[in-house]
Amino acid sequence: MTWEHQDKTAIVGVGATPYYPRGTSEPRTIYEMAGDAILGACEDAGINVKQIDGFAYYSGATAGYTDKMDTADFMELLGIPEVTFTASLTSGGGGSAGAAGLATAAIVSGQATYVVTVMALQQSKSRLGTVFGQIAPDPINSFLQPSGLVGPGHLMSVLARRHMHLYGTSRDAFAEIVMATRENAVNRPTAVRRNPLTKEEYFNAPMIADPLCRLDFCLETDGAVAFITTSSERAKDLKQKPVYIHGCAHGGTRDWGRAFAWMGMPDEAFASAGNKPIANRLWNDTGLSPKDIDVALLYDHFSPMVLMQLEDYGFCERGEGDAFVKSGAIRYGTGSIPVNTHGGQLSEAYIIGMTHVREGVEQLRGTAVNQVDDAEFALVTGGPASLPVSGLILRGDK
Amino acid sequence: MSDNLSKMLPGDRIKITTDTCTVGFWDKAKEHKLTACQCASCGRFRMPPRPFCPDCQSKEINWPELPGTATVYSFAVCHKSPFSGEELLYIPAVLDIDGAPGARLTSNLVGFDPDQVEIGMKVKVDWYSITEDWVLPVFVPA
Ligand SMILES: [Zn+2]
Repeated sequence: MTWEHQDKTAIVGVGATPYYPRGTSEPRTIYEMAGDAILGACEDAGINVKQIDGFAYYSGATAGYTDKMDTADFMELLGIPEVTFTASLTSGGGGSAGAAGLATAAIVSGQATYVVTVMALQQSKSRLGTVFGQIAPDPINSFLQPSGLVGPGHLMSVLARRHMHLYGTSRDAFAEIVMATRENAVNRPTAVRRNPLTKEEYFNAPMIADPLCRLDFCLETDGAVAFITTSSERAKDLKQKPVYIHGCAHGGTRDWGRAFAWMGMPDEAFASAGNKPIANRLWNDTGLSPKDIDVALLYDHFSPMVLMQLEDYGFCERGEGDAFVKSGAIRYGTGSIPVNTHGGQLSEAYIIGMTHVREGVEQLRGTAVNQVDDAEFALVTGGPASLPVSGLILRGDK
Repeated sequence: MSDNLSKMLPGDRIKITTDTCTVGFWDKAKEHKLTACQCASCGRFRMPPRPFCPDCQSKEINWPELPGTATVYSFAVCHKSPFSGEELLYIPAVLDIDGAPGARLTSNLVGFDPDQVEIGMKVKVDWYSITEDWVLPVFVPA
């Protein structure tokens, strides 16, 4: 059955700071960057920042897991007089796409009119990938941390190896994902890594957690991105062509909940990106299928998780990701499903999923740097991370 | 060449904590006995130990002594100490624990040539001292 809130809300404004290699955004502060992104999104939408009355965060409203972002601070910072909705999806980057659904929930229930979602990241104090060994783990993580699986990349490497074992998936496929993504960043002024990448360079990169090498890991960057969601009614009177929230889901199964902890899940979840239940709901809610999607913006913190999301969402069958990717299917301009046309988190910038939402909006407005012709539907996913995981289908006005 | 074999992380840097529900595992480890959390009502295993059996919600727990062997389910090969960044070959592994169906342990494979490690391989437990007199199970060639 069609989702009853389909196309009832729209993303009407997006704002962003420049993206900085990790630690080089100083002396800017994280609040200044977040504020610039919010003001940029308001200007893009053609609204005054004082019209914002809702906040819909993800990642527990933390800024990159180390800083805290708080609505009262944003209200003081930008002069927002009153809010009628302020909430967050739980856990981490898994909710980045799902935050648009939280904003939708606020709007269709009449709790807010202009809802902002913002993420800012400044990694000078501690790096997300290596928060290890400083303090003793809690009793549950005492069954994980002593093994030296020090960060998300190490955990994902174990998943990737199981996928390779079950299906014969190769590092050549990971290389193709990294190279195809890099190619999309070459002509983007916003991208941090713009030099074309050869297969030789990929295979010469140091191994971090074999089967993953350094180039399979996403960038470490600073910056901020914000977007504004409102009702489709209001969107019609605003500055930009509306980009409708056509479907949105967050959640996930108990099995996948183990993927960032004690790895106890069966093969079906273990060798996956945990997005299958989200995919099922999105296809069911929208009546669409993978062939209807014009551009896929898949959360790429680690290259194998792009391959596994292609399988989870049904762009290819489970176990066929290797051949699918190596066929050139994800290449912009020539492939059947262009993936991460903005250069993704592997090559443009890592702002915990927000660059994917930004690119989805630009593609459907027709203003993307690597524009997909006549793009009507974009799939945006949140991180294959701790629950919730999430997905979003955006629709542009044709 | 012993230089090419996988090592342990430095035990004097490895910390754990326990609670009422998990300490049974670590107490057995001090006796060099591998166990896993078993529901005393329905017999199902779960790891790490948590207060409720997720299948029947019982809080009763057994700590049976297991054979001390396991099967490699998946693994990573790492080359740098996460503590110091120095060169250190270590192999974190996810293991199916023999005698405890459904329970996995995330541990380390020690004394292996990384090129010889395979999913499905049998390994056996060994014991390794860490901080505060705790003992950590690691796995060596069977
Ligand atoms: Zn039970």
